[in-house]
Amino acid sequence: MDGGRAVLTEQDIHQALTRISAEIAQRNPSPAKLALVGLPTRGVTLAQRIAAELHQSTGIQIPVGQIDITFHRDDLELRRPIPHVTDVPFDITDRVIILVDDVLYTGRSVRAALNALNDLGRPEAIQLATLIDRGHRRLPIAADYIGQTVPTEFADHVSVKVKEVDGRDAVEVQKA
Amino acid sequence: MSTVWKHKDLLAIRPLDPAEIGLIHDTARAFKEVLGRSIKKVPSLRGKTVINLFVEPSTRTRTSFELAAKRLSADVVSIASESSSFKKGETLKDTGLNLQAMNSDIIILRHPAAGAPQFLAERLHAGVINAGDGAHEHPTQALLDTFTILEKFGKHDAPADQKLAGLKIAIVGDIQFSRVARSNIWAMGKLGAEVTLVGPTTLLPEEFRHLGVKISHRIDDVLAEANVIMLLRIQHERQKQQLFPSLGEYISLFGLTHERFKRCRPDVMIMHPGPINRGVEIASELADGLNSVILQQVTNGLAIRMAVLYLLTGGSGPQGVKA
Repeated sequence: MDGGRAVLTEQDIHQALTRISAEIAQRNPSPAKLALVGLPTRGVTLAQRIAAELHQSTGIQIPVGQIDITFHRDDLELRRPIPHVTDVPFDITDRVIILVDDVLYTGRSVRAALNALNDLGRPEAIQLATLIDRGHRRLPIAADYIGQTVPTEFADHVSVKVKEVDGRDAVEVQKA
Repeated sequence: MSTVWKHKDLLAIRPLDPAEIGLIHDTARAFKEVLGRSIKKVPSLRGKTVINLFVEPSTRTRTSFELAAKRLSADVVSIASESSSFKKGETLKDTGLNLQAMNSDIIILRHPAAGAPQFLAERLHAGVINAGDGAHEHPTQALLDTFTILEKFGKHDAPADQKLAGLKIAIVGDIQFSRVARSNIWAMGKLGAEVTLVGPTTLLPEEFRHLGVKISHRIDDVLAEANVIMLLRIQHERQKQQLFPSLGEYISLFGLTHERFKRCRPDVMIMHPGPINRGVEIASELADGLNSVILQQVTNGLAIRMAVLYLLTGGSGPQGVKA
């Protein structure tokens, strides 16, 4: 889906990720313990960009993984999405995991991601970063780092575009 | 990636289109990762019931389906023919209806009669997976075999029907009685591979040409070019039927010996669906050698069966529905 109301430009996205990276560094005094885990597809891209920002500011290369949440979804009765491959090439036990998603909405994806992470080990803590918080939570879940809060109607469609996947950086809202 | 699984059953490879085979492969890739974890289990089939109904002996396939279902958190019951009501004369239809009446979601059937899974599928609401029916098909075996070949030789950016384009695959042995061969001929052909069947005339009738494959009665003609050599099990009872004169003669004409292996491509992939007759279809050391993927086939079989169970138990709604 293209078009719709642009809510973030390329510049805005860059600034939001820089700020999120700074907040992560500030809140976690020992960055060597950190690891980023993105939710496919665009959450992984955003996690890689945050890792690059943190590398610049702290000099530490923070590992990045991706976690598939398909098998832990609560809507499998409705559909069978094609799963992505989970690729977390480090032990998450005793690390501080920053879970990265592009849009925080009902919270169901994050709930599934928490369960999926649980199968891989026992992190010291899990924090949540999202580029867009669009509201309408259906579960008691909140983000620790938010790029931008965007008020939406429940039926609106929020699409995050990233250069690595879509050829351009933008966040757009299509009205229902 | 817009293909959606829309079948209640998996009965054969023949009716599938290349994109559907690709969908199963893509799904299996994610499950293969799960198998490498310390917690090898995901909750996708929680609350589902899977029945393994094996009216013909099998260790590998039955265990593979059973483990696949367990790793998806389904409840599994395995029934072997020796201990079932078949012994008391119950018909396949009645057994199926009874298993369905216990609210099972999937019935996995291995049966000596070709078409038995289809017979059952047409009469039940539950999904039916063909785990081998007579000499007809063994779809999950072909899916795991092509998955294994794709891992090494696949063109991942190619269209669905070209993923194995240009690849030369030789299937050697008892073709006529082999459901593994039939399913693989379909699967490999749909993915664009060039298949040559090799075997004695008694085990490889000319009609196979109609399936779009080449036929050879001399293994030595295909060795130098083949990227993949798949050896099929020679069943001793075939010798009693006079289909080949002696094991020694079979080995000298069709066995993959050390001497023949030297004439193969250095990167040739050697496959066997098992159980192997060491020293008959294949020299024992070659079965354990670096070119052999026989045990990888077994591991991949688990991932493929997880993928099939996952897809068959899915709802009928379109993908992309916002939760």
